Amino acid sequence: MQVKLREIASVIRSKNAGPYELTFDVLLKDADTFEMVRKSNVINKQMIASLYRIPESQVLGIVYFPNACAVKATIVRPIPSGAWGERDVYGAQQHGPLLDYAFELEAAGEGEGS
Amino acid sequence: MDMTQSELKILAPTGIVGYGFPEESFYAGVALKPDVIACDAGSTDPGPYYLGSGHPFTNDTAVKRDLTLMLKAARQLDIPLVIGTAGGSGADVHVARDVGILRAIAKEEGLTFRLAVISAELDPGKVCAALREGRVEQLEGAPPITEDELQASSHLVAQMGIEPIIRALDDGAQVVLCGRCYDPAAFAAPAIRLGYDKALAFHLGKLLECATISATPGSGADCLMGYLGQDYFRVEPLNPARRCTPLSVSAHTLYEKSNPYLLPGPGGTLDISASTFTADTDRAVRVRGSRYIQEEVSSVKLEGAKPTGYRTISICGNRDPLFIARLDGILEEVKKQTAENLSASFQYRLDFIVYGRNGVMGDQEPGTGVRSHEVGIVIDVIADSQEEANAVCSVARSTLLHFGYEGRLATAGNLAFPFSPSDIQMGQAYEFNVYGLLRGEDALSLFPRTYMVLGG
Repeated sequence: MQVKLREIASVIRSKNAGPYELTFDVLLKDADTFEMVRKSNVINKQMIASLYRIPESQVLGIVYFPNACAVKATIVRPIPSGAWGERDVYGAQQHGPLLDYAFELEAAGEGEGS
Repeated sequence: MDMTQSELKILAPTGIVGYGFPEESFYAGVALKPDVIACDAGSTDPGPYYLGSGHPFTNDTAVKRDLTLMLKAARQLDIPLVIGTAGGSGADVHVARDVGILRAIAKEEGLTFRLAVISAELDPGKVCAALREGRVEQLEGAPPITEDELQASSHLVAQMGIEPIIRALDDGAQVVLCGRCYDPAAFAAPAIRLGYDKALAFHLGKLLECATISATPGSGADCLMGYLGQDYFRVEPLNPARRCTPLSVSAHTLYEKSNPYLLPGPGGTLDISASTFTADTDRAVRVRGSRYIQEEVSSVKLEGAKPTGYRTISICGNRDPLFIARLDGILEEVKKQTAENLSASFQYRLDFIVYGRNGVMGDQEPGTGVRSHEVGIVIDVIADSQEEANAVCSVARSTLLHFGYEGRLATAGNLAFPFSPSDIQMGQAYEFNVYGLLRGEDALSLFPRTYMVLGG
């Protein structure tokens, strides 16, 4: 099943984590969706790097947080907050490319018993 | 007597002093007889200008309104009021603004109280010495910290932990106004001072510093009440229109942090990987199981910002498809012609921020070209003096306005200006230039306290 991240998430946001890092939170709609996303590993360092046109070494980590059905990705800001050439001091509008990220996701229940 | 036998009630009126809060929520909290009122007042989010220039990012009138309500209630209940990161960035000049506001409130409201002011501004020479001893290092993504950069910072601050706040309260302060402060410390300090669990106090502080952002619907400008027990804490919004749920509270830990499980602060790290979040009622959440990892050598976070020149900008628009089709080439040519029209001695940076193309994401924008019928353009100039920045912006603007590109039909001008004057002087521009850790300093003496009686 081909899905877009925005179709299975309740929150998709970006924000500064200090002036030199940018952190993305994706809260999935429910625990089943969270588990599917986690198992499928569709949100990974390589995917974030290509989505944000940065080297993979600049993706600091992908962390799953089951309590909130959330996955978090953190990158080094290409330009620090408020420095010359930087466009988003708070980092709150860098989530756009995640919204339409499309991938194959195994539907719930599919593959069970096989 | 073990104070922790009973719940400690901490009222957090709003996310940042000056962001406002509904009086109904606040007085509902006051009616519950809190033991402490505490509020955060700062952030690096608004960027380097505020730390660098010394200007607060919060408005004087709005701060006075918020502090008036907090101060009157705290004095009436005879409980401590603790304000973290005064003036938005917490350098001495920011703190002084808030001392002035407190003094005015004391006079107008006829209040008398003992105030502790805690400085977080550092002498660059002292940090240079620590650097030479290998006790200073930059944080992830930040540039290396050098003696030149330390000296170039117009303000250099460190985030204080609980120690100086506890000392101020021990010394009899009724109001504690902190310079740059680790956000949860303003809430955790009064609790830890009374013997409450450090991990739970910090975790609760983590939630209270953002007020009702951890509620649903969330808001950074409404009141949250925290109840701290021996082996748990509870949070509940004071506005009946909001609820705290296990999901909203646990999800909040993600906010603005790179790792939701390990939250480092001065002196140690809060570990919430084993924390549990359960519904106490349909509006209140109970948290247990948080842990605290004490650092062997305590460290504090350093923040500095330095001036980078003077900025002048111009805001304009274009909705001509012929212009938009040739936009990239036009802007390159205008940069070239601007340089040719100015004295070679001018040191400046000129950029065009194009909304409708990649204005929000810059080089990270995955889309290409312009898909809208119009573009917004910000001409952005930084130069060594305001006069030079004005000159560069003026020449770039007039060159772009009348630029005769290939195939042009609209020969009267390429730009729509929403304002007259078209150019805006922005004054000095700044950038963060120090962001790292300073290890092995005394957590108390690094942040000197000054005591005074206001009012009376």
